[in-house]
Amino acid sequence: MQSIAAPARAGSRLCARCGERKAALKRPKTLEQICRECFYVVFEDEIHRTIVDNNLFKAGERVAIGASGGKDSTVLAYVLSELNKRHNYGLDLFLLSIDEGITGYRDDSLETVKRNELQYGLPLKIVSYKDLYDWTMDDIVKAIGLKNNCTFCGVFRRQALDRGAALLKVDKIVTGHNADDIAETVLLNILRGDIARLSRCTFITTGEDGPIPRCKPFKYTYEKEIVMYAYFKKLDYFSTECIYSPNAYRGFAREFIKDLERMRPRAILDIITSGENFRISTTTRMPEQGTCERCGYICSQKLCKACVLLDGLNRGLPKLGIGRSAKGGAGADGNGERQGKRPERNRSSLQGKHGNLDF
Amino acid sequence: MHLTLEFGGGLDLLLEKSTKVHQVDVQPKDDEGKATMKGLLSWVKSNLIKERPEMFIKGDSVRPGVLVLINDCDWELCGGLDAELEDKDVVVFISTLHGG
Repeated sequence: MQSIAAPARAGSRLCARCGERKAALKRPKTLEQICRECFYVVFEDEIHRTIVDNNLFKAGERVAIGASGGKDSTVLAYVLSELNKRHNYGLDLFLLSIDEGITGYRDDSLETVKRNELQYGLPLKIVSYKDLYDWTMDDIVKAIGLKNNCTFCGVFRRQALDRGAALLKVDKIVTGHNADDIAETVLLNILRGDIARLSRCTFITTGEDGPIPRCKPFKYTYEKEIVMYAYFKKLDYFSTECIYSPNAYRGFAREFIKDLERMRPRAILDIITSGENFRISTTTRMPEQGTCERCGYICSQKLCKACVLLDGLNRGLPKLGIGRSAKGGAGADGNGERQGKRPERNRSSLQGKHGNLDF
Repeated sequence: MHLTLEFGGGLDLLLEKSTKVHQVDVQPKDDEGKATMKGLLSWVKSNLIKERPEMFIKGDSVRPGVLVLINDCDWELCGGLDAELEDKDVVVFISTLHGG
């Protein structure tokens, strides 16, 4: 930063794109200095290109936007409804929110989503853990404490989104996962040796074999640009960290990514490219997809993760299905079979889902 | 000099009474006696931040992932830490380091 020779005064340089207005930000992706108006154009155009080039949608589809009230999903809802009008995608858009039952966090962020419903004119559906599982996250934390609660929340949220989407009868779910999130997840999956997730975490669309595919239109969109966009457009979003989420491991990965970005912003896209180009050795056994014997949800065990966790909660054994299965009661139910079938993987993916980001 | 400081993206929670906008009169001098962002950051750290300073500051700069705008312009275009401030400038800090 010391090397900048031009006048240091704010707003003294012209936009590299239009050459007329004062530059307002430096794009991390290209290092171009562009003005606010040109930024809106390139930001929206790149997302449109991502949508078109990857055939994310077909005309007439019903699409649920996973909406937490946070920056990413708020910008996604705004941009997608703009692009849908501008380019005649012909989509029926909905907001789909999950109420995990976290007092002082989710209740506040849901108020933001309710305002977004009016601001963007998109119908909103809220599904709650209480209705689906008869447990709120507040109840779960009371029962199990502040360790591992993110595992419950992540597993339950994933299913809750699918169930909400089924209620809305949508063809697709879109989520606001951005390039920084995906780079972070690539690193985490490497750090955990989770080959199955490593190979699919960079897919722009997942779950095409399941009932409702999910896609990530912000796969190549930098977090910095999403936040700048929200700031310049004065979008109404909620920005408090979940009160139950220490998320230390993901936190380290996140901080590492941000440090890399400061030195070389391209690093984020390069990590995604690396993730996309891993080739999995043919001798690596991958999980076989089946359905849960109890609830019918797609899974690779006898029972899906949510049913195992719920079983533990209801039987007063909340550690069931949590963490390392080498000893103790955690090997019950689905895990016994897992160990027999794929001993090399029995440690890897059990703690794989954290916080807001599950792939 | 008079400055307007704005804290967003949850950074307000680190300040007393979680106030988002602060009108301040400061002389944010750095080591060379110039009114720079570097001087302002150290002033903010010792005068406004009440808890978890590591969420805001890392080393002598903001923590990576905290965006800074001076008069609505990305501080990366203004010289970053060396950007010189003037009377009535508006400096905005936005954290991107939360779920969403």
